[in-house]
Order: sequence, then structure tokens, then C-alpha cells
Amino acid sequence: MSQVQMHEPQPDFIIRSRASLEDEHLQEALEKAGSGFVHKRQAAIDRIGNFEQLRDQAQRVRARALKNLDLYLLHFEKKVTEAGGQVHWAETPEQMRELVIGLCQKQNAKTATKGKSMVGEEVDLNEALEAAGVAPQETDLGEYVLQLAHERPSHIVAPALHKTKAQVQRLFRDNHALGERALDEVADIVNEARAVIRDRFLQADVGITGANMLIAETGTAAIVTNEGNGDLTATLPRTHIVTTSIDKIVPTWEDASAILRVLGRSATGQDITTYTSFFTGARSDQDKDGPEQFHIVLLDNRRSELLGSEYEKMLHCIRCGACMNHCPVYQSVGGHTYNSVYPGPMGAVLTPLLRHEEQDNQLPNASTFCGRCESVCPVRIPLPGLMRKLRDREQRERKHAGMAQWAVKLFCKLSRHPAVYRRLNDFNLRLVAIARGRKPRFQSLPFLSGWTRHRDFPAPEKSSFQSQWQQRQKEKQP
Amino acid sequence: MIETPSNSSKPKPQVGLFVTCPVDLVRPSIGFATATLLERAGCDVHVPPQSCCGQVALNNGQPEQTRALAWNIVQQFDEYDYVVIPSGSCGGTIKTHYPELFDEHDQRLQAVEAFCEKVFELTTFLTQVLDYTPVQAALDLSAETVTYHDSCAGLRELNIKQQPRTLLKRCANLDITEMQDTDVCCGFGGTFCVKYSDVSNHMVTNKVNNIRRSGASMVLGGDLSCLLNIAGKLQRLEPDNPNRVQVRHIAEVLAGELSTPAIGEHSPALEKGE
Ligand code: SF4
Repeated sequence: MSQVQMHEPQPDFIIRSRASLEDEHLQEALEKAGSGFVHKRQAAIDRIGNFEQLRDQAQRVRARALKNLDLYLLHFEKKVTEAGGQVHWAETPEQMRELVIGLCQKQNAKTATKGKSMVGEEVDLNEALEAAGVAPQETDLGEYVLQLAHERPSHIVAPALHKTKAQVQRLFRDNHALGERALDEVADIVNEARAVIRDRFLQADVGITGANMLIAETGTAAIVTNEGNGDLTATLPRTHIVTTSIDKIVPTWEDASAILRVLGRSATGQDITTYTSFFTGARSDQDKDGPEQFHIVLLDNRRSELLGSEYEKMLHCIRCGACMNHCPVYQSVGGHTYNSVYPGPMGAVLTPLLRHEEQDNQLPNASTFCGRCESVCPVRIPLPGLMRKLRDREQRERKHAGMAQWAVKLFCKLSRHPAVYRRLNDFNLRLVAIARGRKPRFQSLPFLSGWTRHRDFPAPEKSSFQSQWQQRQKEKQP
Repeated sequence: MIETPSNSSKPKPQVGLFVTCPVDLVRPSIGFATATLLERAGCDVHVPPQSCCGQVALNNGQPEQTRALAWNIVQQFDEYDYVVIPSGSCGGTIKTHYPELFDEHDQRLQAVEAFCEKVFELTTFLTQVLDYTPVQAALDLSAETVTYHDSCAGLRELNIKQQPRTLLKRCANLDITEMQDTDVCCGFGGTFCVKYSDVSNHMVTNKVNNIRRSGASMVLGGDLSCLLNIAGKLQRLEPDNPNRVQVRHIAEVLAGELSTPAIGEHSPALEKGE
């Protein structure tokens, strides 16, 4: 089979995946989390009954929002301004970092509490804040754990998914003055983190959160969490900064609720998350609390280039994480193997689009196209189809076709002449038959070592089906 | 729905059999079993010269090559009433992806779409087009514990789930014992299994463990490539276990043709050096 001895291996993903497969802690954590997400989502869908319709609705909302994205963004800005807030536009990650740091410095901020923001991760905000003398303090439990461990998120919904309970206990023992306090139960761990984080809320000068949606109608940022940390981050400090991206727009509140109906169910199997918070502008005279200043920093980072392109549907993503929860590759190697804030199937599409670096070409290749991601995506993004387009792009952009590509081309050319193809196959099969001797299987094959390293290969018969069929037809004729 | 031939004067459906590369090269018995089944179901079976459906090019960044191959196949099989394929993966490539390869201005598009209408994966063709029910079951496997692997493309591109189970009941009096995660990929994925060999190994190990935990003595599936992957792993893990799980394509069981040893298993013919 000439089609299998191919592709110069692209070492990075492969090397990282090997390390991940050998990492016992990671494997334990993945096993624990993986099927839980899958079952909870299924249970939530079974409870509701009309989930397919809800998916259609959510998909329509996202398509509509992106079709007129410019108009909705302008309207959003107008409404935010009317509500006493301010919208800032960042074309690049650098611009976003500068904008956020500028806002912090204007407040003379020494500390900033942070809710979870994947866009913040995308632009490496924490490092930039630290360098500028503003101490970022994570308030999401998972992000807090990662801050202690000096690690990056490995999942867009559960950032510390790759950590086992034992590893978190260890981190807390090393970093908290625990004294007699126990850490055996998950609740103990949560309480321990809460005690530390509570102080952070009270001291922070600035609160930085992400946003799950931006509602154009009223200039509102919507945030869903299960810990309520988003609310405290947003409302306690004098200044609330929302770091998010332009694609998060939905036109109306009605549309926002269409998204919320599928988001929690797809992400964690919750009908609705514990906290769903909406932030509109700065504190007004009538308000009892809330920030004096309200800023929304919107990142583009190549997203606008995707509008109207064959990749536009990727912007429909609502960051629920269902695709990675159901991805057998992600479940095998974990999020860090993707070397991007966006892992799993959505990351395998988004990362090469946003970063467009050579090394990212591996990501859409590291898929079996099993299609499970597409089958669960609440907004029906054709993830394997988009990965396939990225594979096409990779080949188009290549200056020199590699060996593997020549092999595929050659195989295709040959395949267009079935008679030649059949004769060549029969010739090869005879050679294989000699090599095989009386063995029912091969334990190693030089041109298929990727296969035989882990599995046997059955010995084929001496001639192809087509030849045997022709032979039989001949024998049938009188 | 067409009628079964014995009680009908209608002409027999003319079926072009597209066996797929792996069957052609590695396991011709699946091709013969498929032909037998189709003939029993009242069809005339033809095997025109054929090669690859183009999936390897389609998934490796070469749409032009795929398009050329696709058009070849459309022409080679055009004369038949139906084209039947014992594989959801190659079937999915043709039915789902061929039309995507030709843009709306391409004059060939209409012909390609019409062609795809008459292309069927084997178990779907037998259940949904022919409603095939044998007069007598070819086999009785009711005493066996057998599990089924739902291959990805068949399941998610062509909605093949009930079809094989229905046919196994009708043709072999068999109720499938479901394994856990039957719909999770086995890790084959075409070139994926050699390019990302270790990840693939992790996936097939999970699959094989689920198969073993189901207590089955045999695992069936509708795609030879996945079955080669699964059998190869089972045999690597338990080389000396004579009772390891046997792996077969569903067509062989439906046709009642179990004389060929299961995939990768010991064959008396080989023993004699034939
Ligand atoms: S691609 Fe779909 S499933 Fe994946 S995170 Fe985005 S919305 Fe969720």
C-alpha cells in the first residue's frame, strides 16, 4: 500500500505527544475528567429533548452576528459609551497588552484580580502585567492553581484539567501556610483557595475579566462562571477591564439567551452555569456598587481576515470545550501538546489561522477526522472540514513538495489507470507473499514501521481481489 | 424499495461493486462475501476495473488529485444502477466529499451529484434499498458473544448504526453485545496511524481494551482499515493466546462465509505454503 509510507514526520507535536503519553499524572487526570464531561453533556441533552433545535438556533445567531459584525461592533461601542464605559480596539496582541497596561497604570494599579480570559492568555497578558509592575492575581480556581504551578491552561473551560488532585494538594502544601488544616476533600481545597483569593478581591486596584458574549443591543458583556469570581473581580475594584475579542458579539439579548441555552449544556452538562453575569457600563449615580471605570478591550488578531473566507465558520465558536472533551486525540495527549492556548479540534483550526506559523501546520494533521467534534459542536462548526482546508493550505504554501506528497501524487496518478494499478499490485503481492513465507502476520515491515511498531499486519493473499474475480469470471464461462 | 427477484419479473438491479483498496489488496474474501450477498439479494454484480476512491489525497492536501480520481470513478461506474461499497469510509468519501470537490460552475458537478445518489455502503444498501431478509439465516451465532465497532465515517457521515445490527439479527440470529465507547475512533485515521503512531497506539489500545471488557469472542465492523488496526493490536498484545478475540468484516458473517480465517489469524492454506 503505497499510500501509507509517508509524510516526513513533523517533530514538535509528535515529540510532545510522546512525552504526554508517558506522563502518568497527565494520563490519570485525563482519564478522570474525560468521560465525566461526555456523560454530563449527554445527560443534559437527554433531559431537554429539543437540543438539536437549540443548536440550529445558536448556529443561526452566530452566523447572523458575523454577517454584520462591523455594524454590531459599532453599535456595541455606542451603547458602551452611552453607559459611561469605553471600548478600545486592539488589532494585535501587542496593542492589547499596551492598552491594558496603560489603563492599569493610569489607575496606579499595583495589583489586578483576574477572572478567566482566554483572550488574555492568547496575548500573554499576565507576563506583560508582571513586567509592567502590576501583579496579576488569578481568581478562578483552576487559573489560581496554574498560577501557583507557573503553567498554562490545557483546556478552555477547565484550565487545570491536566492536574490531579494529588498534584493540587501538593501545590497548596508548598505555597500555603496550612498548619493543621486538612486538604483531603475537594471541598477543603476549594475552601483553602477561597480564603487566599478573598483577600485578593479586597486589595485589587483593577479587575480584569474575559467575556463569553458581547450583546450589541445594550453594550453589555456577559460572563458565565461557576465560582462567582467573575462578579467579584468585576464589581469590587474601582476599574473593570474586559479583555475579549471582536467575534464574541451577538446582536440582542434574545440571541444571547439562545447561546446560553447550548453553552452550559455543551460545556459542563449544566442547564445553566451557577453564575451568569451581565455588565453594562460604569457605576451610575443610582447604582449601589460597581466599578467607576468600565473598559472593554477588543482584540482582532487576524479574526477580521477570516470574515468572508472559507474559514469564517470558525468564528462561530462559543468556547464551550465540547469538541476537546469528545476528541480522542485531545483525550490521549492533553491540551499542552497543542502548544497553544486553544487546544483540541477548535485549536487545531484556530491556532494555524491566528498564528499562521510553520509549527502549527501539524495541528490539523494530528486528527483521524473521526468527526466526533463536529457531531457535538453546539454551533455545528465543520471542524474536520476546516482542518482539511488547512491541510490543503499547507500544501499550497509549500515551496517544495516533500517525499510524502510525491508518494500521494504518484499513487493517485497510478490509480487513474486501474489496469496498470492492478498489475502492479499483483506484482507487489507476489513479492510480499515470498517475504511472508508461512506467517499469518508481519511483526515488522520496513516501509510501515509506524504501524508495526505497535501492531501486527496481516499477511495478504497472493493476488488481489480484482485478479481473483477476473479469474473466477473466466472459469465460469464455458 | 425494489422487490426481490424471485417473485418479480422486473429486471435485476445491476450493481457495480467497489471493493476499496484495502479489501482488494489485503482481504479479497470481503469482496467475494459482498458479491455473494448482493447476488443472494437479487442483484447482478459487476466489478469494473477500479482503484482508490481518492481519500488519501483528499485528506493530505491534494484536492486536484482527488478530483481527477473522483471523475475517473464516476465514469467507470456510471453504467450501473447502483454502486455498492463494503466500507463507510470510502463510501463517505464519495457520497459526502465528491460533490464538494467540484464547484458550481463545473459542468461535471451535476453528473457527480447524480452519481452519488446511487452510491451506497453495503449494510445501508441491503437494509434501506433492498430490505434484504434471507429466507433462512446463513448462520446461527446466537450462542456467541459478539461486539461491533462503529467506524467513524460510516457512523457520522453516512449514519450507519442500526443497519449492521438489523442485518446481523436477520442473517445470523445475532444480538450485538455493545462495548463501551463503541462510537469512539479506533485510531486508524489513514496516514494518521503511521504519522502519529504513538497517539494512534493509545487510541487503539483503548479500543481493544473495551472490546476485551465486553466479553466478546468476536468483534465485527464495516471497515477493513479499522479492523486491520484492531486485529493487529489484539494480536500484538496477546500473541500466544489461542482464545483472543477474532476480528471480521460484517460482510463475511452476513454471507455466512467463515471459512477464511479471521483477520490476521492462522490459515491452513498459508501453512501449506499455497
Ligand atoms: S468549536 Fe464548537 S465544540 Fe469546540 S469549543 Fe467551539 S463551540 Fe464548542
